[in-house]
Amino acid sequence: MNPPRALAIQIAFLLLPIAISLAIGAILVIAVGRDPLEVVDALWKGAFKDSRKLGGVVNFWIPLTLVSIGLVVTFRAGLWNIGVEGQMMMGALFASWGAQYILLDESLSPLLNVILIALAALGGMFWGAVVGALKIRLGVNEIFGGVALNALVNVISIYLISGPWQPRIGGSAQGTEPFPTPALLPEFSARFPTNLFMIALVIAAFLIVMVMLNATRWGLNLKAVGANMRSALLLGVATERTSMSAFLVCGALAGIAGSYRVLFTFDNLRPLASGGIGFLGLLVVLLLSIRLLWVPLIAFAFATILTGSTRLQIALKLDSSLAGVLQGLLVLFVILFHGVQEVFFPQTLADDETAEDSVAAVSSAVKQKP
Amino acid sequence: MDIELRNIHKRFGAIHANNDINVRFSHGRIVGILGENGAGKSTLMKILSGFQPADHGDILIDERRIDFTGPTAAIANGIGMLQQDPLDVGAFTVLENFIYGGAKGLTLKRARAEAQLSELTARFGFELDPHQPIDNLLIAQRQQLEIIRLLALGVETLILDEPTTGISAEQKDILFDALRQLARDEGMIILLVSHKLEDVIDLCDEVVVLRGGLMVGEMDMPASDKRLTSALVAETKGQLVTMMFGEELEAQSRPHYEIGAPVFIADKLVVQDLRLDMQPISLTAHAGEVIGLAGLGGSGQELFMRACARLQRVNSGALHFDGDNITGASYRQLFRRGCVFGAAGRLEEGLIAGLTLIEHTALVADDKLQIDWKSVAERADRRIDHYRIKGRAADAIEQLSGGNQQRLLIGLLPDDPKMLILEQPTRGLDVDSARWIWTQLLERCGRGAAIIFNSSDLEELVTYSDRIFVFYAGRVHEVADVAATSIDELGHLIGGSF
Repeated sequence: MNPPRALAIQIAFLLLPIAISLAIGAILVIAVGRDPLEVVDALWKGAFKDSRKLGGVVNFWIPLTLVSIGLVVTFRAGLWNIGVEGQMMMGALFASWGAQYILLDESLSPLLNVILIALAALGGMFWGAVVGALKIRLGVNEIFGGVALNALVNVISIYLISGPWQPRIGGSAQGTEPFPTPALLPEFSARFPTNLFMIALVIAAFLIVMVMLNATRWGLNLKAVGANMRSALLLGVATERTSMSAFLVCGALAGIAGSYRVLFTFDNLRPLASGGIGFLGLLVVLLLSIRLLWVPLIAFAFATILTGSTRLQIALKLDSSLAGVLQGLLVLFVILFHGVQEVFFPQTLADDETAEDSVAAVSSAVKQKP
Repeated sequence: MDIELRNIHKRFGAIHANNDINVRFSHGRIVGILGENGAGKSTLMKILSGFQPADHGDILIDERRIDFTGPTAAIANGIGMLQQDPLDVGAFTVLENFIYGGAKGLTLKRARAEAQLSELTARFGFELDPHQPIDNLLIAQRQQLEIIRLLALGVETLILDEPTTGISAEQKDILFDALRQLARDEGMIILLVSHKLEDVIDLCDEVVVLRGGLMVGEMDMPASDKRLTSALVAETKGQLVTMMFGEELEAQSRPHYEIGAPVFIADKLVVQDLRLDMQPISLTAHAGEVIGLAGLGGSGQELFMRACARLQRVNSGALHFDGDNITGASYRQLFRRGCVFGAAGRLEEGLIAGLTLIEHTALVADDKLQIDWKSVAERADRRIDHYRIKGRAADAIEQLSGGNQQRLLIGLLPDDPKMLILEQPTRGLDVDSARWIWTQLLERCGRGAAIIFNSSDLEELVTYSDRIFVFYAGRVHEVADVAATSIDELGHLIGGSF
């Protein structure tokens, strides 16, 4: 197939499911007696009315993008890291511990921020490593291990909140006391309440993982292990170490995402502080069939819809779960159309956008040399 | 039934796998389909049996144009294919496998099916216990089951892909008698895809030869009207080889290298297995030596090789490699020290579907973190040239034909290993390709590598081995003087007469 036609098909298959799910969403809205344009308007205003709203979208986007990048790594290695939610939570716990017990002066706040984020990364890696060890050493499927560890970390967090870390006055299971100010990640400004350092960290993580996946042996090993563990072993890949490294990288990124929830979004540790963002990340990555390039964009779209939907209830007296319905429709149609594309236009699907193309270009360039 | 293929075309990317094929298969004839690897035989047979559609062209049965939408439609039209690895369901019994695919209506009608099964097995002299699980059967028996299953479905044309691989001399005789009977008494068309020219000459009435996607010739075989003498077989074989390759091949003789120090020692090794009662095996492989393992599929040779490569548990005994005890080592540790295992599975074990040739090359290139894609691409292109792989460096591995996958698998082996443990290194390859692979392997022997390999091709074992170990039901017999043995004798040994 010639490249322009393949590109056209690819774009069509990206846009069609979005258009169809929007259309069905509109029909639903009309069915309950509302104007779909009103809903779009409400969603839009809920997300982009002013820079404060936009800040809210970004604050959701940061942890979602981090976990999604991590999940691209585990998916590349053929691993279903359902435990990502728990890894976020363990990162949040480690950061919360540091926030309460490492007491530094206000002037050293940036240093403390870095220490806490590093702690959170360690926490996520620890919980990821447990899933990995269960899988590699004991043959426990990472999905089962992950689900169990998700539950376990929630129990631990509730124990800490209602036990050792409970507020001195009026202790309940609602959450810990707000952390000391030096521990919290600062807002850029009241008009744009988000944390620039974390945004930089997300961009850095994106670029580093992109390069690592496509230009290094580690990335190739991940792909080989993910596609065929047995063959990879016979070709000399250290398969166990490669799988473990995927869990560690994803765990670290999830842990950092967890720290953002407690050190910025909430200012304290709450039960379920990870807020399902890890699971949402699974969705983002599956939608993109593990293509890293579009992760930030799709994560932004999800963040927009979810943040904007809070306004549906206020402005239109519509239940905010409508956003969930829209999201569900979108997922359904994207997956459906992906299947259709796989059956009818398999040539237009490349599983990673950069390596294949660049490699093809290089090899044809090499071939042309005398 | 008569079948006619008209102007069949099939392309896979840049490769024209079938280029305007016109051929007729007539009632009651046994036809051999010949050609080197990648000649387009498998593609043509897959089109005829409904496994894949042609890009262009017609299939006519008794002058009537037929549209196949899949294997089921082909079977409904009377064409059935026996795959190289029989498509059966392991946990089911012989009877259950016989029934499925054939049952109409809701109930299974076991009693009637069982009567039909035993009638058919008796007629062809097959030995099949209806209540035996498939997992316990030999390859030959699974083939027999598949044949009578297709017959019960009303198939009038039977396509067989390399049916004589992995079965003993006696089992081959039973199979060939059944096929002759089907052609003669029932008027069935038998299409035989095989690289074993002796088998083709022995069985077929005529052959069709493909080369590079084109049909290059047809020829009647002498079997039907003359008694086969060895001189006649040799002469016919020469003619066929010339048609297949466009030139005559020189007789193969292998260089023998000086046998050096012991590289690999298995000392009273007992491999763990639930089904086979594995006896202790002792074997020493020396530098420059080729050791062949013979035996019917599932006689223990595969387990032994995997145990040597540390991919299979051992119960007792010891393994030594390069002077060290490696009984508890991992495969990766062995690999890094130059002991490499090559599996027969290609896409299941060995190559990675979804990865390109370049990516495979990069995987085995070195250990540096950063991949220099440009130099890897050059390296991949060199291997493609050197190993005569038909495909491009950026192609995904599953786009290559089976033979080319096999060449790549050998091409990915390190240049200077100390020890190679190879499962069926030339499985499914034509004579020329197989020789080429062996030239590559023997070069490594010349540089001091020891090779342990197994094969279901007895001629290959006799030609290339310095010593042969014959496996039967977990027992082992050593043939130390290969020059003094014959293919015939080996054929009886693998049947357990030792």
